[in-house]
Amino acid sequence: MITELEMGKAESELELGLGLSLGGGTAAKIGKPGGGGAWGERGRLLTAKDFPSVGSKRAADSASHAGASPPRSSSQVVGWPPIGSHRMNSLAAKSAREEEEAGKKKVDDDEPKDVAKKVQVGFIKVNMDGVAIGRKVDLNAHSSYENLAQTLEDMFFRSKPGTIGLTGQFTKPLRLLDGSSEFVLTYEDKEGDWMLVGDVPWRMFTTSVKRLRVMKTSEANGLAARHQEPNERQRKQPV
Amino acid sequence: MASVSLLFVTLLSVTLYINIKSFILWDQSQTFLPSLSDSVLMDRRFPFKVLEHIFSFVDSNEDRNSVSLVCKSWFETERRTRKRVFVGNCYAVSPLKVARRFPKMRSLTLKGKPHFADYNLVPDGWGGYAWPWIEAMAARRPLLEEIRLKRMVVTDECLEKIAASFRDFKSLVLTSCEGFSTDGIAAIASTCRKLRNLELRECIVDDLGGDWLSYFPETSTSLVSLDFSCLDSEVKLSDLERLLSRSPNLKSLKLNRSVTLDVLESLLRRAPQLVELGTGSFSDELDPEEISKLTKALSELKQLKSLSGLWDLLPEYIPVLYSVCPRLTSLNLSYATVQMPDLIDLLSRCSKLQKLWVMDLIEDKGLKTVALCCKELRELRVFPSGADLDETDVTLTEQGLVSVSEGCQKLESVLYFCVQFTNAALVSIAKNRPNFRCFRLCVMEPFAPDYRTQQPLDEGFKAIVERCKDLRRLSVSGLLTDKAFEYIGVHAKKLRMLSIAFAGDSDLMLHHLLSGCESLKKLEIRDCPFGDTALLENAAKLETMRSLWMSSCFVSFGACKQLSQKMPRLNVEVIDEHPPKTRPDSSPVERIYIYRTVAGPRLDTPEFVWTIHKKPEVGVSRLAIR
Repeated sequence: MITELEMGKAESELELGLGLSLGGGTAAKIGKPGGGGAWGERGRLLTAKDFPSVGSKRAADSASHAGASPPRSSSQVVGWPPIGSHRMNSLAAKSAREEEEAGKKKVDDDEPKDVAKKVQVGFIKVNMDGVAIGRKVDLNAHSSYENLAQTLEDMFFRSKPGTIGLTGQFTKPLRLLDGSSEFVLTYEDKEGDWMLVGDVPWRMFTTSVKRLRVMKTSEANGLAARHQEPNERQRKQPV
Repeated sequence: MASVSLLFVTLLSVTLYINIKSFILWDQSQTFLPSLSDSVLMDRRFPFKVLEHIFSFVDSNEDRNSVSLVCKSWFETERRTRKRVFVGNCYAVSPLKVARRFPKMRSLTLKGKPHFADYNLVPDGWGGYAWPWIEAMAARRPLLEEIRLKRMVVTDECLEKIAASFRDFKSLVLTSCEGFSTDGIAAIASTCRKLRNLELRECIVDDLGGDWLSYFPETSTSLVSLDFSCLDSEVKLSDLERLLSRSPNLKSLKLNRSVTLDVLESLLRRAPQLVELGTGSFSDELDPEEISKLTKALSELKQLKSLSGLWDLLPEYIPVLYSVCPRLTSLNLSYATVQMPDLIDLLSRCSKLQKLWVMDLIEDKGLKTVALCCKELRELRVFPSGADLDETDVTLTEQGLVSVSEGCQKLESVLYFCVQFTNAALVSIAKNRPNFRCFRLCVMEPFAPDYRTQQPLDEGFKAIVERCKDLRRLSVSGLLTDKAFEYIGVHAKKLRMLSIAFAGDSDLMLHHLLSGCESLKKLEIRDCPFGDTALLENAAKLETMRSLWMSSCFVSFGACKQLSQKMPRLNVEVIDEHPPKTRPDSSPVERIYIYRTVAGPRLDTPEFVWTIHKKPEVGVSRLAIR
């Protein structure tokens, strides 16, 4: 049984979890003590701007470019993957050159390349707001939205005694799909639009999803409003 | 030669006091010199001359350290005969003591910053200054001929001091160093008349232009190796040509990227005796005549064994290299952006290859070819070609490494970057290749489980440490629980260096490692959920290791203080990018670097490094940096 005391301890350790390779930042991260509490109450939500640049130009660059929607990729973690700076500079120069050349190509070159390039078919990236490191899920291993939501809950909110998942929360199951909790599940489709998960049939979803994001409900409000009309229309359609 | 010293050590085992670390004996020995040493030297069974002669066969410093622990007279004889001195952590011992202990020192090797500095985890200004060492040696050991530094801050003043102080100076090798400019290099080139080796490997240099090359005097003909591959600016072709023409002993030449392909032929013509060649850029346009001249010039390099550089190698130029392939034992393609299937044409011709560095553009197919054709392969490194993980569109999977482990019987050292892995692959690799000495797997996706079974990679790494009994160096990655580290603690008895990132569940992980790995010397950890308990419980272990690095873990400031108080022979450094104004004991620290030392606290800690000795009014000592 996990007691209040242990929960409290876990929460203060949770603070450290937040600091995962983001430099830890200031001691001011110590949030309110005491039970339950959602992620957001615990002090500020870390964004790309909080990453101290430990001599890494890349971290600083990505901080200035980071917007609200695109999830951070794990390449923005300082010193990861562990490639020496000489090699990193060479790679960065190379990708800059490639981007230049790619910019000259037509846009529809990207689509077929996308499909062909996935090494791990069915795997898509999942990022969660406030967590630096993204994860991957295999869509082929899931048969429904509930399945997927469960896996994601386990992944990000895993609560094993004595262990600390990515967030370390010991809360009741998060209902990612019904909009009743702190977080919602959203996805980016092939056209680059961000949508709420759950509106389209599962099969259609798996063919059109590019990546997932566990977003704070407050930020997702815009999305819900945008897509309400078509949803309502769908529901109102006669059977 | 190792067997010779081992024989002596076992013969005199009754007088061995193995548990005393040799550097502690250094410390005590200072009080014995000079009064005791003479009588000690005169008063033994073996005449000094005989011992001295025997010790001259003992090359390895590890053996020499063992030899020096046998008895005082052996200690004295050994120290007076040691020529090559290696100091793995420049803060573990004071330069003065080293200078005094080894009067016949001719070569000094030093390492400064922790390894994770390579990945930008150590803030600028942390330390690792070469100056105090160079100053001490210049004053006391003017016959020093070689200085090799790794991850240290070297200034132009240091280089000028070297040039001015050591009249027989022959060899300067700087790896991953910074803080100097091409002016310092010019000082070395112009003043060191007997210079044989000048190698700048992956250094960060303030490049003020290519003039430094012209500072080699016209009379200098002694050059054996020259490596300026990390510099940016162009050197004058005529300077380089003349230098090569008058250096008949030059065996190793590594050019920088701004040496264009069209001039390569002219350079090679002047140095057909080269054993190691690092080309410049390999992507400039050549006309057919130039190509054929270059091909011929390369084929004239009958001694060539090692090839590197090859920046942006174009597929159409691969045939140019065919003539050197059959003799190559070392090939570094890690800056060559060649893809499959062009790489096969090259690799299938390299049957003698022992060392291969390549990018993941080689894909599984290319590695299959390597497994078939490169039967002498001992070391393989596969680097990622994409700066952004999301952009990997090459088919390099765990299969590639499995193939190589099957086909290359002599493979003992691997560094492999891959997006994800499986336990089954690791088990196969371990079964195929129990002779691994160095196994570094970087699964680039943090926390990635076995992508087929969704299990952690515990079982896979268990197989590695169980089967590879000689494993000296290991880097783990992917999803790992405490179990993985229990296995490592139990099996990896010869492991000296271990690197861990984004792994484990709890303190148990650290505890398993510190209590189990007997030979562990360097441990570096980032982003793992360890805390104070394991660290404090295993404090004594830390004195048997060179260093421990932990960043973004759960170590509290209070534990750091406790550890410092408990272990006076450790330097415990807390490194924060932005040190907080107040630090409660429970607050977590960003980075902690712990190392054993007989030199006491550093004099040159910057303000963002906390140690228990810190007095706020003492800033960075002016004496320490120059």
